[in-house]
Amino acid sequence: MELFIAIFTGTVIAATPLIFAALGELVVEKSGVLNLGIEGMMLMGAALAFWAVTAGCSMPVAIIAGALAGAAASLLFGVLALTFLTNQYAAGLALAIFGSGVSAFIGRGFGSDPIEALHGVNIPILSDLPLIGPLLFRFDPLVYLALAMFVVISWFLYRTKAGLILRTIGESPQTSHAIGHPVIRIRYMAVLFGGLMAGLAGAYLSVAYTPLWVENMTAGKGWIALALVVFATWRPLRVLLGAWLFGGMTILQLQGQALGLQVPSELLSALPYLATIVVLVLISRNRQMLALHFPASLAKPFRPAG
Amino acid sequence: MRIAAPLLASILTLIVGSIFFASLGHDPLPTLYAFFVEPLSSMNGLSEWLLKASPLILIACGLAIGFRANVWNIGAEGQFTLGAVAASGVGLFWPNPESLLLLPLMFLAGMGAGMAWAAIPAFLRSRMNTNEILVTLMMTYIATLFLSYLVHGPWRDPAGFNYPQTALLPAAAMFQFFDPAYRLNSSIFITVVAVLLMWLFTDRSFLGYKMSVSGAAPLAARYAGFRESAAVWIGLLAGGAAAGVAGMAEAAGPLGQLSPQISPGYGFAAIIVAFIGRLNAFGIVLGGLLMSLLFLGGEGVQMTLGLPSALTRIFQGILLFFLLAADFFIFYRIRLVRPATDTHAIKAAR
Repeated sequence: MELFIAIFTGTVIAATPLIFAALGELVVEKSGVLNLGIEGMMLMGAALAFWAVTAGCSMPVAIIAGALAGAAASLLFGVLALTFLTNQYAAGLALAIFGSGVSAFIGRGFGSDPIEALHGVNIPILSDLPLIGPLLFRFDPLVYLALAMFVVISWFLYRTKAGLILRTIGESPQTSHAIGHPVIRIRYMAVLFGGLMAGLAGAYLSVAYTPLWVENMTAGKGWIALALVVFATWRPLRVLLGAWLFGGMTILQLQGQALGLQVPSELLSALPYLATIVVLVLISRNRQMLALHFPASLAKPFRPAG
Repeated sequence: MRIAAPLLASILTLIVGSIFFASLGHDPLPTLYAFFVEPLSSMNGLSEWLLKASPLILIACGLAIGFRANVWNIGAEGQFTLGAVAASGVGLFWPNPESLLLLPLMFLAGMGAGMAWAAIPAFLRSRMNTNEILVTLMMTYIATLFLSYLVHGPWRDPAGFNYPQTALLPAAAMFQFFDPAYRLNSSIFITVVAVLLMWLFTDRSFLGYKMSVSGAAPLAARYAGFRESAAVWIGLLAGGAAAGVAGMAEAAGPLGQLSPQISPGYGFAAIIVAFIGRLNAFGIVLGGLLMSLLFLGGEGVQMTLGLPSALTRIFQGILLFFLLAADFFIFYRIRLVRPATDTHAIKAAR
């Protein structure tokens, strides 16, 4: 039972940064923009949130600082991709490299001491329930925020007019522009939102998940989030399920190492990356399924004519 | 015009760099001098400059062949690692460590391993429709872990005081140094040949032309009967082969043995080099020399001014940002227009 609780809660926690980053990217891609720079934005969020905590800021302030750092980074990408109409692949890669450099630069004086991690919530009665308490009601607030974001984003995309406009722009910016929707402005907002979410994901890593600073601490989580969006075939619920799947993989790998399995630890560490490839292959084989929710204008620069 | 953008981007990067240094409290001019001039003011500096430019140029040449056809191999870092691993494996375990064939065999092993590592995403993209960006990147993480496993485990040098590294490669497995005092070695001739091959392929061969068409106008390419999967295979294998050979040359040159960290990010930096070089063989040479200077300068200011070497990656990112933005001003004409206020149409509609 103890083990089950550990695996369950571990999975939910490990999935949280992926949920933030992948849901953010989902909104960006739904608007027809491909931002490959999640890894860079996450690292900047992680570095700034960590710095804020060591500088004596309160937890909420630090987390907001991390989110804003991600948004600021995404603005760089936005200006290039949306105003300067650059190749979005190249702009995203530049952001990934830049973000990793900036975060390493910010983190140069952090040392290797851990900080006090974000606390779990303590809800009277509920948190003290046997079994259900530790399983559901003792996570830190950001875990619940990630789930709330899932609800909000699903509702926004499929139940509001603004969400419909955003999806239309992702399908055909020309049409939307002709109707009179401000394509570029809405894409900017989507990109900024994606940056905010990636920054949150990074902040979660550095102040809650592993509350100590390691250079390049995201270790590919930004890229896995990107793969998750494809895996989810651009649908929010599948992003959530996919994130839990990968979270579970991470935890099984850690548990496997703790149990002393007779396998090289590197093989276990490689599991999430291998799983990403396998999952991508399985999903991508079915072209029809992929095309169904695929934003048709993804990664194509849009310039209003006339 | 095609040269203007990289030039402009470099100048803007310098300006931003100066402002950045000034904001850190370092006098910009001496810092820029330490970053960009000092490394080149000694023989050793020049040797290091070419030594670091060589893998960057080599890898970028291979990658650019793919980029021209819109095949996004961003996992050169992993192919580089596998090339170094396979070549070192041959160098360490070949029965006759003095064989003259050792270096050529290592070359083939490095190239083969790089190609094999790139063949997996090529197969998955062409047969399974799987995004090659994500697969090549995931394979980079796996390659790094594989290297870490080897040097911590089966390949660890028993006489190495428990350090995670292999034994030194035998002398016959190493490239010839031009001068024992400097690390520059004969492997740069491989890069020279690669640049010429790349130029022949892209500018003088029909296959290279077909690849460019696939990238610039996929529909036209399909209409003309150029197979997309061929472009995917050639693009990825070219990148894999180049990165694998670069890894081999690194192991058989400056490194001489394997350790968990064998690349200072050549595979990723080479992507930027390919873009700065406009995916053109001779442009890539210039781009590689510039990028190599960034690496050297980063190391330089780390030692002399105590600034972190992460600066190199920041400058790499800024350089690419500016390059992409500069393109906009070159490929588009800016015109200020007032928002359309077509009162007649509105009146007519009423």
